[in-house]
Amino acid sequence: MIEVRSLTKTFGGKPVLRGLDFSAQEGEFVALLGPNGAGKTTFLRILASLTRPTLGRVSVGGCVLPAQAAGVRRRLGVLSHQPLLYGDLTAEENLRFFARLYGVPNPEARIGEVLRLVGLSARRRDLVRKFSRGMQQRLAVARAILHDPQVLLFDEPHTGLDQDASAMLDGVLAESRARGCTVVMTSHDLSRALSLAERIDILSSGKIAGSVKHGDLGPEDFVRYYGRVIGQ
Amino acid sequence: MSSGSPDMTVDGGPRTAAAGGRWSAVGNYGRVLGAIVWKDLAAELRSKELLSGMVVFALLVILIFNFALDIRTRQNENITAGVLWVTFAFAGTLGLTRSLAVEKDRGCLDGLLLAPVDRSALYFGKAAGNLIFMLLVEALVLPIYSVLYSTDLFRPGLLVVVLLGSAGYVAVGTLLSSMAVQARTRDVLLPVLLFPVVIPLIVAAVKASAGFLAAIPMDEIWPWLNLLIVYDIIFTAVAFMLFDYVVEE
Repeated sequence: MIEVRSLTKTFGGKPVLRGLDFSAQEGEFVALLGPNGAGKTTFLRILASLTRPTLGRVSVGGCVLPAQAAGVRRRLGVLSHQPLLYGDLTAEENLRFFARLYGVPNPEARIGEVLRLVGLSARRRDLVRKFSRGMQQRLAVARAILHDPQVLLFDEPHTGLDQDASAMLDGVLAESRARGCTVVMTSHDLSRALSLAERIDILSSGKIAGSVKHGDLGPEDFVRYYGRVIGQ
Repeated sequence: MSSGSPDMTVDGGPRTAAAGGRWSAVGNYGRVLGAIVWKDLAAELRSKELLSGMVVFALLVILIFNFALDIRTRQNENITAGVLWVTFAFAGTLGLTRSLAVEKDRGCLDGLLLAPVDRSALYFGKAAGNLIFMLLVEALVLPIYSVLYSTDLFRPGLLVVVLLGSAGYVAVGTLLSSMAVQARTRDVLLPVLLFPVVIPLIVAAVKASAGFLAAIPMDEIWPWLNLLIVYDIIFTAVAFMLFDYVVEE
């Protein structure tokens, strides 16, 4: 589903990604861990066609970036650090807008469905600017899955969520994975990544510096392995 | 799944006949463009940030010019046309800066850029919204100016010039504001980038407006109208080709 070969990205001559290789199969859940500045967000932005790669080959679902970017974007559900929502629109107006952008069939039914899934049905007519950070993140999750994407790119999705909302998000991720969705999630939470993902890739200095399959290492061994890989 | 099923093409579109595919693409394009205009109008209807700022600013500019210049004198067509276009340009810049800043500040620009459609649809959606706001401001400024300075500005020719001039201004302004919005100094950067580029447009709009106000023969106005039309076409085409590169990192 996702194939990345020798990906390099530089900003103003400064390399952020250095010949990164990565792949994820259809239905696979991959967690990307790494210290701040390792290039996790840049990597996800390149996969999302928001940033152009400097060198290397990136394809998602058989569509090569940047030439077939619209085809890639159709397959993606993206959750970034910011909620990508309009404060002056209500929750359902935001979702209606994105449903029109993605050409979601039968939008009203789908909007009701995703709002129920993230627990915001009762607040659907409230302005987003009146939402707390956690509620905005819930709505951002609803926006990301609204068009039933084949690939989810979630950048630190648990940030700002309380325990209930985190459980809701884990449920959404598990349900997406069960219906064959490929998930790539960045995180700083080692234990959550270990419990959710089938594979954990560790990004350090712009490369995949280590990789662990689910169940290969226990939590304590994994923490030690992670520290060794990132050089701590 | 909404995409990726066996009846989908590699770019995610439906596997239909070529003509049907083209109509589908045109439909998608129009749907995205319409969605952006609807979103901008709905958000503005609620917040009233953009229009109120533009209208108040435009009225203040007219009042300041009234103290600086003797607008009530006879044979004032050139002054009237100049004051109007300077007012429209200043108020328009305010609107252009704010329109893209709203998208950038909350990361919503990324949300738009993730839409599975040719990015020129995003440009035309934002430009259409900006044009509507600019025309609304002009629709308020023209009668107020007419009443304040006892000048009849409701002449069909002048209204055509206002439409052509505003379209060109918004065409180039939307492109440049999408560049400027990436910078921390965007409020300063947009006028610095925009005003040199719109000089031909403003000159043509002022000359054509003054021509219609003075009721000079159409032969003398046509060259300026042609310049406005050519400017609109060229800069719309340039923006259509460049927008994707401007907004991508």
